[in-house]
Amino acid sequence: MGMDSKYIETDIVIIGAGPVGLFAVFEAGLLKMRCHLIDTLPQPGGQLAEIYPKKPIYDIPGFPSILAGDLVRNLLKQIEPFQPGYTLGERAEVLERQADGRWRVITERGTVHVAPVVFIAGGLGAFEPRKPPIGNIGDYENGRGVAYCVRNPEEFSGRRIVIAGGGDSALDWTIYLADDAASLTLVHRRSEFRGAPDSVEKVQELARQGRIRLITNAQVVGLKGNGRLEQVIIQHETDGLFEVDTDYFLPLFGLTPKLGPIEHWGLELKDGAIAVDTRDYSTNLPGVFAIGDINTYPGKLKLILCGFHEATLACQAAFKVVNPDKKLSFKYTTVTGIEGFPAKTPR
Amino acid sequence: MSEHLIRITVLDRKGQAHALEAPTDLGLNLMELCKSYGLPIKGTCGGMALCASCHIYVMSNHALPKPSDDELAMLDSAFFVQPNSRLGCQIRLRDELDGLQVQLAPESE
Repeated sequence: MGMDSKYIETDIVIIGAGPVGLFAVFEAGLLKMRCHLIDTLPQPGGQLAEIYPKKPIYDIPGFPSILAGDLVRNLLKQIEPFQPGYTLGERAEVLERQADGRWRVITERGTVHVAPVVFIAGGLGAFEPRKPPIGNIGDYENGRGVAYCVRNPEEFSGRRIVIAGGGDSALDWTIYLADDAASLTLVHRRSEFRGAPDSVEKVQELARQGRIRLITNAQVVGLKGNGRLEQVIIQHETDGLFEVDTDYFLPLFGLTPKLGPIEHWGLELKDGAIAVDTRDYSTNLPGVFAIGDINTYPGKLKLILCGFHEATLACQAAFKVVNPDKKLSFKYTTVTGIEGFPAKTPR
Repeated sequence: MSEHLIRITVLDRKGQAHALEAPTDLGLNLMELCKSYGLPIKGTCGGMALCASCHIYVMSNHALPKPSDDELAMLDSAFFVQPNSRLGCQIRLRDELDGLQVQLAPESE
């Protein structure tokens, strides 16, 4: 374990802080089980928060219509009494069983989470940059010229940059990096941009002033270099192929969900989803459950409301794993109210 | 047989044609239809125009409703896009689409 890595022990580690993972905290809390959520994204809410916070959802029971962002806010409020822990902005990389039978989930940054029960509520998977289908693109990743996001803008100052894409992130980074770059070329497949009108106008102004080169109706189709990126090959709809010298290529085509490391955890998969037993949404690994969009079973529907149901039943089974000696006594919240955990008790 | 039934031809990525029969009274879209026939289309996002895994090319001359802004935005960040590109999940099956021919676009990462 590195010096900075953290160690967390809890009852249920939940991989994925989307609506289903969040609601699982509530159901677990009713049964006095504590939860810790892990998510690749920097904020809870999953795709509801990341991709469509302003989109109305019509099939949440009791809500004729609710914005995705509001549903997340409500869920966070609902689970507040149960004080879940969060590891955000880190992807769960490793799932392994300890000698004591508990599970250990380790993130890419080395944060270690230990619990008798793991819920995988990973939705469509972890969000990763969409990579253009250029055969040798992998040869130039990891500091050799191709970057899918801008972590450290100073890295690009005084350099030649080619950005590809037509959405907000391509436009925003074009505007931001144009100032300090030696040269900046923006390549977009069409002639119109779908980003915020203000950004589109700024980019067009930069092009008019000659501060950036704007190539529309074109795509980057190839990369050349000797160990490090030196040129991109651009295909223009009418002008054909040509090369542009560059130090960096930033393909900014948004994020796409990928199953990622989960594929290699020894879980039984079917059509890219985790196979579960519908009695309790257990997987083939004892103590590991899969709920929400990431699981599959005969008749599976990818709906938030189905994920809520799955989370509820999985908690009943999880209780028996967490408390092997106790009998489960099911309570209705309408009768007993919500009894949260006492204020911050470090465990 | 119900009268709300149309025929759609789907060319898979190897160019093989599949003749599908599609009900038009169930509110299905083309992505869902392809999946129900076991064609290799992922439909990862469940039909919200958010993943482009149901990217197809329209091969026949049917007049399809214009793509929404969401669909155009998604196609902007997809690959192998052609002028006849559409997202299968945004094409609702209607009686007018009888005889429609489409081809599955290549898969990208």
